Amino acid sequence: MAAPDATMHGDAAPRAERRLQVLSIGARCAIPVYVLLALGFLAPLVAIVGFSFATPRGYDAFQTFTLANYAGILDPANTVWVSFVRSLVLAGLTVAILAVVAYPIAYGLARVFGRRAGLVSLLFVFPLFVSENIRLYGWVLFFIKGGVLDGTLRWLGLPGGPEFLFSPAATLFGMVYVYLPFMLFPMTLGLSTVPADLIEAGRDMGASRLQIWREIELPLAMPGILIGMLLTFVLAVGAVAEAKVLGGQSIIVITHDIEIAFTYAQNWPLGSALAVLLTILVGVLTFFGIARLDLDRILGRR
Amino acid sequence: MSGASAPRATDRLVRGWTAFVIVAIYLPILCGVLASIGKSRYFRFPVPQYSLEWWQRTVDSIEIGQLVRTSLKMASAVTVIAVVVAFLGALAYARYEWKGRKLYQKLVLLPIFFPQPVMGLALLLWFNALGVTLSWQTAVFAHLVWIVPVVTLVMAIQMYGFDPALEEAAFDLGASRLQVLREVTLPILWPGIWSGALFAFLLSWGNFPLSLYTTGPDTSVPEWLYAKMVAGYTPMVPALGSMATIAAAAILLVASLALRLRRRRAEP
Repeated sequence: MAAPDATMHGDAAPRAERRLQVLSIGARCAIPVYVLLALGFLAPLVAIVGFSFATPRGYDAFQTFTLANYAGILDPANTVWVSFVRSLVLAGLTVAILAVVAYPIAYGLARVFGRRAGLVSLLFVFPLFVSENIRLYGWVLFFIKGGVLDGTLRWLGLPGGPEFLFSPAATLFGMVYVYLPFMLFPMTLGLSTVPADLIEAGRDMGASRLQIWREIELPLAMPGILIGMLLTFVLAVGAVAEAKVLGGQSIIVITHDIEIAFTYAQNWPLGSALAVLLTILVGVLTFFGIARLDLDRILGRR
Repeated sequence: MSGASAPRATDRLVRGWTAFVIVAIYLPILCGVLASIGKSRYFRFPVPQYSLEWWQRTVDSIEIGQLVRTSLKMASAVTVIAVVVAFLGALAYARYEWKGRKLYQKLVLLPIFFPQPVMGLALLLWFNALGVTLSWQTAVFAHLVWIVPVVTLVMAIQMYGFDPALEEAAFDLGASRLQVLREVTLPILWPGIWSGALFAFLLSWGNFPLSLYTTGPDTSVPEWLYAKMVAGYTPMVPALGSMATIAAAAILLVASLALRLRRRRAEP
């Protein structure tokens, strides 16, 4: 906790040398990351903003200016905004379900599992190293007719598995499955910042378990929980693999529309306009979510 | 935990729920393995006849060898570059106090808080606008945009625990900047660098949404699997998927053991 303060006098380079350098050593260390973010993150976003104002189906970014692409999206005759609403609803449901699914696990990682918490979190990290389409396809093999679930039920003499695959519900299921770690780890960080003494003190003073949860644990863990919800939401709103693999394209999500515009339809300006709207949504949410966050406190606590 | 019986019941529930979710997480991976060890071309459960034929054919396939080489090339390049950039990035994040640090800490998070398929498409358009020919190298760049911030965080978390007094002591004893870096700073920060490298390699190895739009004519393992899932399924799909998973698990296992061994040797 005291570490960040202690670093202030950590640089013991000779004073003369330091005065010559305009940038502090910390700023110089940040340069490569900044260059990468400028060229690989900011520049592509500027490019899509440029293309979103170009003539529909054209490639003349930054030379023409038209709002036709945005007008086309807002046109009630066009159904592309339906995909937008769909993605928002799916992302909202994903967050709500994951909050309930992940909370007990985060609680366990923070206070129940003790020495085994490291191993348990490793088990939750590992799926991130397996590409999501492999894992989602595993669910297809599980739910498909003649697959693991259906085959097991029939083997037991039951009528067989339900029709679940290639439906909106299957898409939602896939999203909950894929984004679990992104909810779990920020939540765990949040719950770990709640001092155990405080809960002990509350208990000694006669607070009920519900009171302890509502008045001590939840408020103190809230920054972490909110970060988890925010992260899950912004990732889920742009998700596409789940709708394609498990949803079987029974519903078209917004990123799928953007992809179609960029590839088959060859309408970059329309795809860009959609991507810009999505980026604004994600950007505004992220800005308000992390603007007041003290990252030293959240990450620095061990 | 105090020994009251109510918290114990809660703990049991928490343990049970966690175990259930872990089983659910690994269930589809297991289904993939099952689908790859049947003899027939189409998956049926219970598997009528087990056989390693599809594994054999996957290993023998020249096309798949090429995919694996592309994926390995990408993951290695990403690891080398990401470790260097993110190490410096983590120093700026957690080690040094400087004027723009608070803002920097938040800007680094932005690519993590951004849907990867959309980022991949934006990069595709950006590369096209620049006139860059797409290949595995452009995909490495795309991976870096997402992986460097993640690795920076992984390393930064480690660095918070670093005591700068050790560096100062070395300077006071007359060590040069390079000596301090090589003999004090790096050995202490080694576990963080190691886990950062591991994250970089494995995240690149398993990445699909960024690769999909940025590799051009080159194909990585996850991309090929996706293409075959959509059209042209053979049991080589779950076979290669299982192999990729097992490879990732093996790398993770070996790396964790190496780290533990090193730590044990460091503590007398």
